[in-house]
Amino acid sequence: MSDPILRLEGVYTNIAQYHILQGVELEVPRGAVTMLLGRNGVGKTTTLRTIIGHWRARQGRILLDGQDITQMPTPAIARAGVGFVPEDMGIFANLTVEENMVLAAVSGPIDSARLDWVFQAFPPLKTFWKSEAGNLSGGQKQMLSIARAMVEERRLYLIDEPTKGLAPAIVSTMARALRELKAQGASILLVEQNFSVARALGDSACVMDDGRIIWSGEMRELATDAALQERLMGLSMEAH
Amino acid sequence: MSMAPEHAPTMARLSLAQRLAPWMPVLLVPLLVVAGLLAIPNTSSWLTLTVSGLAMGMMIFLMASGLTLVFGLMDVINFGHGAFVSVGAFVGVSVLLMLGGLTGAPSLALNLAAMGLAVIGAMLATGAMGWAFEKVIVEPVYGHHLKQILVTMGGLIVVEQLIIVLWGPEEIYISRPEALKGAITFAGAALEKYRLVAVGLGLVVFAGMRWTLRRTKIGLIVRAGVENGEMVQALGYRLRLVFVGVFIAGSALAGLGGVMWGLYQEVVSAHMGNQAMILIFIVVIIGGLGSVEGCFIGALLVGLMQNYVAFLEPKVALISNIGLMVAILMWRPMGMIPVVKAK
Repeated sequence: MSDPILRLEGVYTNIAQYHILQGVELEVPRGAVTMLLGRNGVGKTTTLRTIIGHWRARQGRILLDGQDITQMPTPAIARAGVGFVPEDMGIFANLTVEENMVLAAVSGPIDSARLDWVFQAFPPLKTFWKSEAGNLSGGQKQMLSIARAMVEERRLYLIDEPTKGLAPAIVSTMARALRELKAQGASILLVEQNFSVARALGDSACVMDDGRIIWSGEMRELATDAALQERLMGLSMEAH
Repeated sequence: MSMAPEHAPTMARLSLAQRLAPWMPVLLVPLLVVAGLLAIPNTSSWLTLTVSGLAMGMMIFLMASGLTLVFGLMDVINFGHGAFVSVGAFVGVSVLLMLGGLTGAPSLALNLAAMGLAVIGAMLATGAMGWAFEKVIVEPVYGHHLKQILVTMGGLIVVEQLIIVLWGPEEIYISRPEALKGAITFAGAALEKYRLVAVGLGLVVFAGMRWTLRRTKIGLIVRAGVENGEMVQALGYRLRLVFVGVFIAGSALAGLGGVMWGLYQEVVSAHMGNQAMILIFIVVIIGGLGSVEGCFIGALLVGLMQNYVAFLEPKVALISNIGLMVAILMWRPMGMIPVVKAK
């Protein structure tokens, strides 16, 4: 395997008095989808937010392509090529879909071929291009949230639960878009609770518990071993 | 994984009431003007009061627009905003007094040139002061509302005392440039020339701000930052720099408002900014915190209300704007055009 695009070395993060991450060791291979799995409250979202710099690591190192980004400000991390799709989607409700996308194109005007590709992945965004994002449905907002990350090529995508609370029709749209992103050779660290999506997209997986990575390996291996799933996450994913 | 059916949304056609709802705050201004016309039997008096109210509203907008953006963008309650109004007025008046030859000449071009220089001087001074104020006073108290109130209030007092040290404790009387004195008569109503200039300037500033906020990338960043600063940073924008820029621009606008307000009242004092803060806060609150459009409409409503009520029932004028604020907040508790904030 080539050098990982992202490496976390013994990362500890506190939020107020709470010790959330307690020595996270994680590698995200280049050009692959790495699933970050685990029960609620084990530190998956905190891991993503620590990587993007919203919360600061108290200890440890975060390396993006070998460059230490642990103490870099969030805008610098984003400009280094990290696209972030937060759990709450983070769309700008008062701005139109178009304005949301223009804002996401940090390096200049939106590339028209890239935009066509985004529209192909998420047709409703073309329909509602001039509409305020706050008027979109939950699924459309999630599409916009991912489309914003896709509008420019990034070195790494951090995506937090993109299918959470969505109807099956939207879930399949999301999965198809993420598969296309993956086919373009993108490196993705994806937090996902929907097992069928995780199994379909994931190349490798890391399972968290109590603020640490307790298992990492091939997604295929985890997906086919019910006993392992039971041991790591307290339930068999097949039950999903 | 099984494939679900395609998601094919369609655009719903909104009812007339739904389409009008966003425009309701805008309609309040003509509604108030019509109400004024019905309440004031003399049409020429009504026209004079309306222009006067609009001029006052424009000047309040100039002073308040920076404050609403600063609050919306970085959640900073700046009680020291009035300091920029006072300093702007004193610097502007000082420039005008130095340019007595230009202001005393009966030439509109020379008078406007003098006013332009006074405005530029005031905006440069208050912009620079805004940069220092943000750095020294505001930056250490981000995220602490109570400390912000106390510290910025303290900053205001310090600046007022500095004005007294530099310009003396007395009020300074200033007369308007020669060509802007007096009034023109239109439809039997006397319309003060200076107020017409104030209306024009206010419209130009509002149009400029709106264009910047709606049509430029920096405007997009500001609007997005008002809503969800964290996400703006995650997209790669240095919001801190944007905020400092907005703070400086807001301070400079307050300085501009101070010059106009000083010439409007024809007297400036160290406490004039502090006194104007009541109206400024009313405008910012009823407009919707962070909303420039709301601030503009709110300022016009306050200016018109103050002038109409002062004419009809002078004793009620003092509380008329408080009543306006109560009525609007009962209708829309988050202000007329609230900015949706990320949770």
